[in-house]
Parts: sequence; C-alpha cells; structure tokens
Amino acid sequence: MKAKVNITLKNGVLDPQGKAIEHALLSLGFTGIDNVRQGKVIEIELDEDNAEKAQADIKNMCEKLLANTVIENYDIELLG
Amino acid sequence: MKSAVILFPGTNRENDAIKAIEQASGKRPEIIWHGDNDLPDVDLIVIPGGFSYGDYLRCGSMAAKSPIMRAVITRANNGVAILGICNGFQILTESGLLPGALMRNSSLKFICKRTNLLVENADTSFTNQYKLNEIINVAVAHHDGNYFADDETLNRLEGEGQVVFRYSDIDGNVNDETCLNGSQRNIAGIINDKGNVMGMMPHPENAINNLYGGSDGCGLFNSIMEAI
Repeated sequence: MKAKVNITLKNGVLDPQGKAIEHALLSLGFTGIDNVRQGKVIEIELDEDNAEKAQADIKNMCEKLLANTVIENYDIELLG
Repeated sequence: MKSAVILFPGTNRENDAIKAIEQASGKRPEIIWHGDNDLPDVDLIVIPGGFSYGDYLRCGSMAAKSPIMRAVITRANNGVAILGICNGFQILTESGLLPGALMRNSSLKFICKRTNLLVENADTSFTNQYKLNEIINVAVAHHDGNYFADDETLNRLEGEGQVVFRYSDIDGNVNDETCLNGSQRNIAGIINDKGNVMGMMPHPENAINNLYGGSDGCGLFNSIMEAI
C-alpha cells in the first residue's frame, strides 16, 4: 500500500517562504492570489494491506517524526 | 566539573564548545557520538551547533530521535544541566525538552553577524554571572532561528521567567527592529521550568576571548561552573 502525507503549517504560524512565493507570483504578473502557504509531501510504501492499520501506523510516524505538531498539521492519504 | 559534548553527523561547532568549557572549567569534555546509547557520569551536557543530519526534514528533527538523545532526555529528567546552542537549541525543541519550535528566519536569509542580547533572567544556572538587564554582545549564525510558540506558551514562559535572552540593541531596546530573525517576542534563549535545560540560538562559545572580538560569552560558562 502506498500513502501520501501532506504536511502544512498551522493557521496562525507565519510562513515567510509562502510569502516569498506569493511575492514572486505577483511579480510574474499573476493576480488575484493571496495567502500562499508552503508545505511538504512525503510518500511512503508500506507492506501493510489493512487500511485501518496503515492509517494508524502513519499517524504514529507523523506524531513521532514526520510533523512537528507545535507548528504543523498533517493529513494522511492512502493510495491503495 | 565533568561534561560531555554530543557529536552528530553534521555538527561543526563542537570544538568551539569544547574550548569554552575547557577555559571555564580547566577540564576537557568527553565527546560522545550520536549513535551511542549511554552517557558517562557528567554534570553538564552540551549539544553544539551545526547542521545535524543535513537539517533534513526539519532542523534538529533527526538528531532528536537518535539513540544518544534518549539518554540525554533521561539525564535531563534527572536534573543534569543541558545546554543546547544553535542547532542544539533546535534539537532540544524537537526532542520536547524545551517548548516551541525554531522556524526559517523571517528574512529567509542565513544571518551571520554580531548581535546584542538583553539578559532577562540572571538567576539561572546558566546566567548567574550576568546582571539582570545586562547587555551582552555575541554572534549568531543560523538560517532557522525564528522562535515560535503559541501565545499561551509564550505567556507562560514570560510569566515564569523562562525567557533568558532577548535580541536587543546596545541600549537594551527590544522591538521589531532589534529582532533579527523574526522570533516571537524577540526570544533568543529559553530555559525549562525545572531550570536545568537551556537553549539559545546565539553562540556564547564564540565570545570567550577579547583577542577574537569579545568575551561576553564567558559569563555563561562561568555561571555553569558556579552552579555545579
């Protein structure tokens, strides 16, 4: 089973990199954009076939290492 | 005083830390490799600066999960003095020994320069040789020193005297202009609630000799000698 973990900064945490990307987009002439936020995507292949077990395993990985829950949220996608 | 300096792959300030400890205590610290499971019997553990594990994932995140950090956490819980400088501070927050997180500098630039710090708490094991509200001049060299914590945590840190150093100007003014990296409330260094774990982004170990541009960092290492 393959899984994808999306890690994003929590609301209220300033994202200077997102801001810089936003400025760059504006300077390229893109208009009508706001609140650009940068995150990370981590893909993992698992031996586990049980979706519930896989979800629990990855949640544990997120809490222990993949995300810093002081500043980040995470979202797990199982890709089957 | 017996001490240990922890070495991770990518650590590069260990010799500066060793020199500063040796100068203050007259004894050379033991160097402990990150893959070790045990620590010798020591009174002080220093986690020096650098780019442990190439700063992969998040600064300090990999190092925080290394075998030696389990031993460091046990010692911290037993009251042993722990000092994390720069990457060491990042490792201490990632390991949960200190609250908050260190994010990318608000300017997005690596900042390498001298800065003034306001000593906000001169009653700790790491700052007892300074005076309250003394201004010290030390160097910073980091890309990710932007201290973040939620308001509740920041209020608690301030209320309990756990904010030890703030970025200031030479007159002790603390404001957005003197906050070189975007840290919330100009925080440059904090201590845990038990008072034995301290983390700071600036480098006191590089300010220990006037021949090399300043000795304001000596107070920190002399404070530890006084306390232990």
